[in-house]
Amino acid sequence: MTAFPTASRVIPALAMALACAAPARAAAPEPGPPEIEVPPPPFTDGIFPCSNCHASLPVNRTRRVLTDMHDDIVLEHDEQHRWCLDCHDATDRDSLHLASGEKVPFERSYLLCGQCHGEKLRDWRAGVHGRRVGSWNAHKSYLLCAHCHNPHQPHFKPLEPKPAPKPPARLGAAVESAP
Amino acid sequence: MIPPGDDGRHSRRALLRMATGAAAGWVLTSCGPKRLFEVPREKLRASLAEMEARYRETYGADVTVSDTPAMRGVTFAYALDLSRCIGCRRCVYACVAENNQSRDPQIHWIRVLEMDKDKGVDFEHANPYYAAKEVPREGHFYVPVACQQCENPACVKTCPSGATWKEPDGIVVVDYDWCIGCRCCMAACPYGARHFNWARPSIPKDELNPKMHVLGNRPRPKGVVEKCTFCIQRTREGRYPACVEVCPVGARKFGNLLDPDSEIRYVIEHKRVLVLKEELNTMPKFFYFYGT
Repeated sequence: MTAFPTASRVIPALAMALACAAPARAAAPEPGPPEIEVPPPPFTDGIFPCSNCHASLPVNRTRRVLTDMHDDIVLEHDEQHRWCLDCHDATDRDSLHLASGEKVPFERSYLLCGQCHGEKLRDWRAGVHGRRVGSWNAHKSYLLCAHCHNPHQPHFKPLEPKPAPKPPARLGAAVESAP
Repeated sequence: MIPPGDDGRHSRRALLRMATGAAAGWVLTSCGPKRLFEVPREKLRASLAEMEARYRETYGADVTVSDTPAMRGVTFAYALDLSRCIGCRRCVYACVAENNQSRDPQIHWIRVLEMDKDKGVDFEHANPYYAAKEVPREGHFYVPVACQQCENPACVKTCPSGATWKEPDGIVVVDYDWCIGCRCCMAACPYGARHFNWARPSIPKDELNPKMHVLGNRPRPKGVVEKCTFCIQRTREGRYPACVEVCPVGARKFGNLLDPDSEIRYVIEHKRVLVLKEELNTMPKFFYFYGT
């Protein structure tokens, strides 16, 4: 249970992170917001690591409609302005990258989402946006944004509701048979 | 010497007889059953063991009944994000399973009200019986209502037998052995949060939650009132209530109102918050807020 770090703490941390953008993955965690424990990212089975296929493929940075692979992904997330390589890194296929170019592992993809959805990231850190399980006064685990929102189509999908309660009625004969 | 005209009703002997009778009555009544907060610890332990044995026999499960007391410096509070809730009723059924509610006749501690966006929070037009293929339905929003754990609970005030009270951590509980089933509390509760066991509750043996609290989810007898206890058997152990953990949209928040770093305090300090029927001065510790 931590207070959200103030701007005075975040800004130097961001500056530091930017300064050492390249080795950011290997380096020890920065003195910024504490690491948040999350379950593994929700990859489609067998798709990760992406470098399994992409290592042998040439990088094509031209914006285009994908036809050979990943054609099942329909982007409905500011698709007028963005495409794959705005979030996925072209040189290191197993990571994402921020607008600054800093690489971000999939486990910390919330930093990427928080670039646009800053207030949601703030609420999420405070435990107010999103689901948490565990203890209210001790250890609790979070979910990544991508566990609930498909990053390519983030709108929350409607669900089928559980059955409605029975309206009040007279007690039937069946009621008497209790265990 | 009895004065003439007196038939002996005011004699010393009559007085003694009356006094003895009153003393015996006082002793007898004070030896009878006590409400749980008056019972000495050792005696309570013994009766919990009896309860466990009884439930084990009835349900064939490894039942434990705890009496974990309230933590110091803790007042529980709840917050529900009205802009997130989609009315899927996952919480309702998680609650039933966790708290051993009767399946038939059906008792649900949580009622999800479907409301019209045009009308706002309006109980007159709320519909708890909506059925849909998919929720949220266009033009509607959803307000799940359970016990509001009032700071000033009308149900406690009205109970003639003292069978319901507010615990030090703010949870309003019912002593099922002391409840006389008069249902005054149900009439007094402005939120419809109390439910009566019209028949002996039925819980399938394989669906019984064996982890019980004496003031919470132990199987109720017929003819008593029950209500949400913020999952007292979980929250007093430090865990989240079942409804919080099951909510697929993360609309439900729970924590310690006295802890300035808790989620609840964050919600109250940063979001638009409302309580239901504020004008009744019940002071609920169940807050509704708009997360966006």
